Amino acid sequence: MQNHAYRSRQLALPLAAVFAAIILAAGTLFGFAGAANAQQTTASSDRIWQDLKGDVFGDRAILVDSGVVRIEAPKRAQDAAIVPVDIYIDLAKTPDGIKSVTLIIDVNPAPVAATFQIGKDAGVTHLSTRVRVNDYSYLRAIAETQGGELHMAQTFVKASGGCSAPAVKNQDEAMATMGQMKLRQFPPQETMTKVQELQLMIRHPNNSGLQRNPLTQYFIPAHFVQKLSISQADRPILSMEGGISISEDPNFRFDFKAHGNGEIQVEAIDTDGKVFRNQWPLEAAGL
Amino acid sequence: MPIDRVRRKLVSGFACTAVSAAMLPCCLGRAALAAAGGVEFKVRNVADGVFALQGVDELMSAANQGAISNLGVVVGTDAVAVIDSGGSLIEANALLAAIGKITAMPVRYLINTHMHPDHIFGNAAFQEIGATIVGHHNLPRALEARGAFYLQSFRQQIGDALMKGVEIIPPTLLVDDRLQLDLGGRMLELRAWKAAHTDNDLTVFDSATRTLFAGDLVFVGSLPTLDGSLLGWLRQMDALATIGAARVVPGHGPVPADWPEALTAERRYFEVLARDIRKAIADGMPLSEAVKTAGASERGKWRLFDEYNERNATAAFAELEWE
Repeated sequence: MQNHAYRSRQLALPLAAVFAAIILAAGTLFGFAGAANAQQTTASSDRIWQDLKGDVFGDRAILVDSGVVRIEAPKRAQDAAIVPVDIYIDLAKTPDGIKSVTLIIDVNPAPVAATFQIGKDAGVTHLSTRVRVNDYSYLRAIAETQGGELHMAQTFVKASGGCSAPAVKNQDEAMATMGQMKLRQFPPQETMTKVQELQLMIRHPNNSGLQRNPLTQYFIPAHFVQKLSISQADRPILSMEGGISISEDPNFRFDFKAHGNGEIQVEAIDTDGKVFRNQWPLEAAGL
Repeated sequence: MPIDRVRRKLVSGFACTAVSAAMLPCCLGRAALAAAGGVEFKVRNVADGVFALQGVDELMSAANQGAISNLGVVVGTDAVAVIDSGGSLIEANALLAAIGKITAMPVRYLINTHMHPDHIFGNAAFQEIGATIVGHHNLPRALEARGAFYLQSFRQQIGDALMKGVEIIPPTLLVDDRLQLDLGGRMLELRAWKAAHTDNDLTVFDSATRTLFAGDLVFVGSLPTLDGSLLGWLRQMDALATIGAARVVPGHGPVPADWPEALTAERRYFEVLARDIRKAIADGMPLSEAVKTAGASERGKWRLFDEYNERNATAAFAELEWE
């Protein structure tokens, strides 16, 4: 059973669609024999992507390494449950900005980790979050420009196997504190600018539901934050759909350009339909 | 078998031959194993009726046959309890063979101290002989979430041959808080802890000899790994230290070790790690940067530091950000 790869052929939108779309692929996709071989696994990760991309983006052209988008993650992930990933947008190369960024983890059971919509004029150039990675895999960021072009960057991550499993570390604590939020506001790095950084943290087990109980073979029920919107003065900064491979206690750090002094509002909805809301006054940007 | 006879019968050491599918039937029969080649498993007598198999300070591999954690054996007048089943069936069967040389008493209990593969991959060997598997009340849930991943990732790490017959087998006798097991002439006191090394840590105290089997709540010499809660571990260390043990069998490191001195270095490491991570968080440093330097002053003081420190720092950062 453990040699089977499961993957979704769709964006992780409605949960039912995710499960309906899970496909049990043959274990031969993965180089399971012997110690993981980076070369083989790079190739097998790429094969998964080649099969997957049409399902996610149709037959649209995807420009690779054009410089519009960049992705960074550790070459060797230390903890498979918490792999930091940074996505950078170069506004100089895309003057009209970016509409959305889709984060893909080829080998995960549901490869579309999350799709982020970026608010017009929000000025987001850097987004960092943490994801679960099940195996050696490419992480890909596909950015869609306002003009509808797709640009992709990728980085290969050797997810540490061993006993660092992509699972919740302290399940009781995760359930007891679910829905708590914390917002950190970092002042602008340079004076005379309104670009500042925010870090939003949400307590949630964010269980992908794609682990199988080895005894019963049943999937453990999914329970994750599948919709998130962050706005300031009622203008959207960043929203997320999907989120199936985002680490427990979802954590997002990003820069943005404040408009006026309106408060920052957050709404999150999980797969059980629970809604979590919070708001914070905007801390004075260094003017 | 009287305990003093057991004590005199020190098991010197034996070996299991190289991994081979053809050899497995002989291992399963608990027969004495051939000593040609392979890994030697030394079971030593640490107190009256108390034995331990010391693991090597390495990652699990085909070469060490998964034997990286310390396993324990307590012999009563009626029955035997084994603490942890090891990282492979080969290791588990080698341990059972060694027990067969020590005593004719049946192995009635296998106690799993927590969820990690080096402590539970040999469970099938104990189920096979009808032992009751005992664990923390959170252990079945933890194995449900991780079992399939462990089987997959360790197949990559240690190879098909050593994974042969390995199954994820959860405990059937669960410890909510405390539980006593009567082995005849001696009581084992089991205690379930709140999240620390994992969220399913269990300790075993043999009241007859005051020997504490600490599982991975105690690492000596080999870097502790964090897969539960750093704050929980630090918070419970005082309670752990008050256990009136004469000696400890740590989850990893020399067997036995002095008690409670065995906790000193581990506590220092976690305090250093927490201090470094808290400073990074206060400075607004992102996780990906902070983990590169946190705990660095402890390098050189631990085996497997480079294998595990960054991982510990990653987990610690994600936890301490919520303070």
